[in-house]
Amino acid sequence: MTAQGGARDIVLEARGLVKRFGAFEAVRGVDFAIARGECFGFLGPNGAGKTSTMRMISAVSRPTEGSLTIFGLDPRTHGPAIRGRIGVVPQDDSLELELSVRLNIEIYGRYFDLPRRVLRERADELLEFARLTERANSKVDDLSGGMKRRLTIARALVNRPDLLILDEPTTGLDPQARHLLWERLYRLKREGVTLIITTHYMDEAEQLCDRLVVMDNGTIVAEGAPRELIERHSSREVIELRFGTDTPEQIRVALATHAERVEVLPDRVLLYVEDGDVALRAVHGSGLTPVSSLVRRSSLEDVFLRLTGRTLVD
Amino acid sequence: MSSVEPTLGWARWRRSWWYHAVFYAQTWRGSVVSSVLFPVFYLASLGIGVGHLVAHHHGLVEGQTYLRYIAPSLLATTTFQLGEGESLWPVLASVKWIRVYHAAAATPLEPRDILYGKLSWVVTRSFLTGVVYTAIIAAFGAVESWWGLTLPFIGALITLAFAAPLTAYAARVESDASFTMIYRFAFVPMFLFSATFYPISAYPGFLRPVVQLVPLYHGVALVRAAAFGQGSVLVQLTHVAVLGAIALAGVAWGRVTLRRRLVD
Amino acid sequence: MATRVLPAFGSRRSIHIFERNFYAYRSQWLMFVSGFFEPLFYLLSIGIGLNHLVGPQLVGGRLVSYATFVAPGMLATSAMNGAVIDSIFNPFFRLKISHTYDAVLSTPLDVTDVALGEVWWALSRAALYAASFIVCMVLLGDTTSWWVVLCWPGALLASLAFTCVGLAGCTYVRSWQDFDVVTLVQLPLFLFSGTFFPITLYPRWLGAIVSVSPLYQAAALLRGLATGQFDALMILRAGYLVALGLAGLWLAARRFRAILAP
Repeated sequence: MTAQGGARDIVLEARGLVKRFGAFEAVRGVDFAIARGECFGFLGPNGAGKTSTMRMISAVSRPTEGSLTIFGLDPRTHGPAIRGRIGVVPQDDSLELELSVRLNIEIYGRYFDLPRRVLRERADELLEFARLTERANSKVDDLSGGMKRRLTIARALVNRPDLLILDEPTTGLDPQARHLLWERLYRLKREGVTLIITTHYMDEAEQLCDRLVVMDNGTIVAEGAPRELIERHSSREVIELRFGTDTPEQIRVALATHAERVEVLPDRVLLYVEDGDVALRAVHGSGLTPVSSLVRRSSLEDVFLRLTGRTLVD
Repeated sequence: MSSVEPTLGWARWRRSWWYHAVFYAQTWRGSVVSSVLFPVFYLASLGIGVGHLVAHHHGLVEGQTYLRYIAPSLLATTTFQLGEGESLWPVLASVKWIRVYHAAAATPLEPRDILYGKLSWVVTRSFLTGVVYTAIIAAFGAVESWWGLTLPFIGALITLAFAAPLTAYAARVESDASFTMIYRFAFVPMFLFSATFYPISAYPGFLRPVVQLVPLYHGVALVRAAAFGQGSVLVQLTHVAVLGAIALAGVAWGRVTLRRRLVD
Repeated sequence: MATRVLPAFGSRRSIHIFERNFYAYRSQWLMFVSGFFEPLFYLLSIGIGLNHLVGPQLVGGRLVSYATFVAPGMLATSAMNGAVIDSIFNPFFRLKISHTYDAVLSTPLDVTDVALGEVWWALSRAALYAASFIVCMVLLGDTTSWWVVLCWPGALLASLAFTCVGLAGCTYVRSWQDFDVVTLVQLPLFLFSGTFFPITLYPRWLGAIVSVSPLYQAAALLRGLATGQFDALMILRAGYLVALGLAGLWLAARRFRAILAP
């Protein structure tokens, strides 16, 4: 698979994993292996099969076909034992809104058969970790979105999991709340927790993930480290051009001579080039007059566009 | 949109009436069942089933078979439940949870227009239910007087006497915590103890004046008198006056609480 | 089919759902206490008025007052109404509105534990309600025998049947408006299941249909226990309630899995 493959300490391994709901095939035979201490990302738009995959590797929903081992165990037969070592941060929090912040952690901890005395101590630690100590007795309903998400992460850590699964952890959060959350996730990673993250934010994937897979239509279309994927599937730089109205076919043809590849999106044209400034001068020199232009480095967004022909976030 | 806004009256609050009617039109099935079918179920079970036992043991109740005796009171309980059911939770939802009344208050409608529209719609429904129910009990032979034609109007009055103050109350509270208590400690006992299923003479003498303080008792007494054409007109006017006074006080209170909730 | 290693009816872990509900409802104790009054009001109302109008009824060859006849039926009804709240209304909210169970399932608990845990919760509340109701029956003089204490386990059997069937039913509820259908089942059961009058009043074919009603079976069982009139039929009635309960729990767990972990 990758350079890191081989005799690593594998936490989770999937082979030919398939999930069908009636006639609909949500996941169509995917393979991946995740090593201990790694942060592994699933990248893809809504409906790519990320959430179905997440639910299978959380040992909640059963694979239709293929093999899946988590901590060397089969989730079909050892679901409770596996879930006892996993922490899950679902997309929609699903917290107990009517209960206090502290009770949310303690009640959840009881599901893992943890003694009340242990839970009281752990709740203190986790509230500290999530920066919610002052809000310990507030009703969850009164918390902000960012606080709720931090509480959900704290709750997922109550059983000291070896593997933490986060489904779209920062969707709907403001930039400040996102950065605070990332900082907490780094800390966990340093402590040796294996992280699995789904996201449709490119920057998030580039920041957090050691390795990721790009999913589309229920399959994995690429796998590797973020930089590796960008080098493999995109040019070094990208020029974004906007024209006043829609982009006529002639402009597209004219632009094609200046770039390795041209992508025409509804609102802009992307030129994939080695040196953005040089290419931009050439564009202007050929008599084309874009309303605005921007030179930037290639990102995972470009990788995704290249591989699927679609943008990730509309 | 008309260019000149009418300043008062039906011309304005008919829009609120219309909103409630349209909303109802989308969800009517369940409530048609509960307001027409449920009293008929009670009538069949208690009137026919228990009525059979009553006939064997006791004979007639105040000169009526038991079925005929309880048939009109079920109109009173049904219209009471209609007024109560449309008031607490739906009103709190409209002013707090889904806030449609706030949306309405952002149009030229005044809070009182919203109130009148809502109450008049509930009364409309009650009246229509009363017409259907009166026809049903008439078929059972439980309407013996031309006064029976007033039954749908009495039903509408009962509904208003509950809907108005309860709407006013629901418009001023912050949570539905008290509603369950009101339901269990006011509505259920009222339903059971308003001389609904047996004559008030079943109570010991000292309890009878207490029962007469219960609003629903006046509704039950009124429908029974109208259905059988019994009792003095003066007594019936007293019942009407009690229910009417509660309704008017409720409307006046509702104007205050709804204005406070939506505008101030 | 995957090998079935997990217990089909849930495990010891189900008790944590009970704990969860305990904490969640701790602040609403007043609502719980108040819920007990409704059947009591019915008992009182019947004792005051209908008792005189209706007169004594035959139970197992012996005449008892009408209030004594009706009280076990009210106890059974109370079991049914409690189950509607605890196994349809509240679990519907947790299943489809607040998504409480989704979070629970990423812990060692399984869907069968969730279903069973809700049953524990409903049964403990039912046990409290039934006990206080039976005390009221005694205080109001609506009993003829000390055998009435057996009504307590009897009422729990009724609650078990209604709770499990309700839990299965709850998975079919799509929105709050569907609760109209729940009431449409609940009210005729209440009114026509031999609670207010003996089913011998029905034509034979109609009586046969009514005897399928779990509320009728529960009421008949409790009536026998309350008056100390035992017969072999009561074992069948109890068996019927247990069978309904097991079938309901099995279906509920299946449906929970289909919804929560497809």
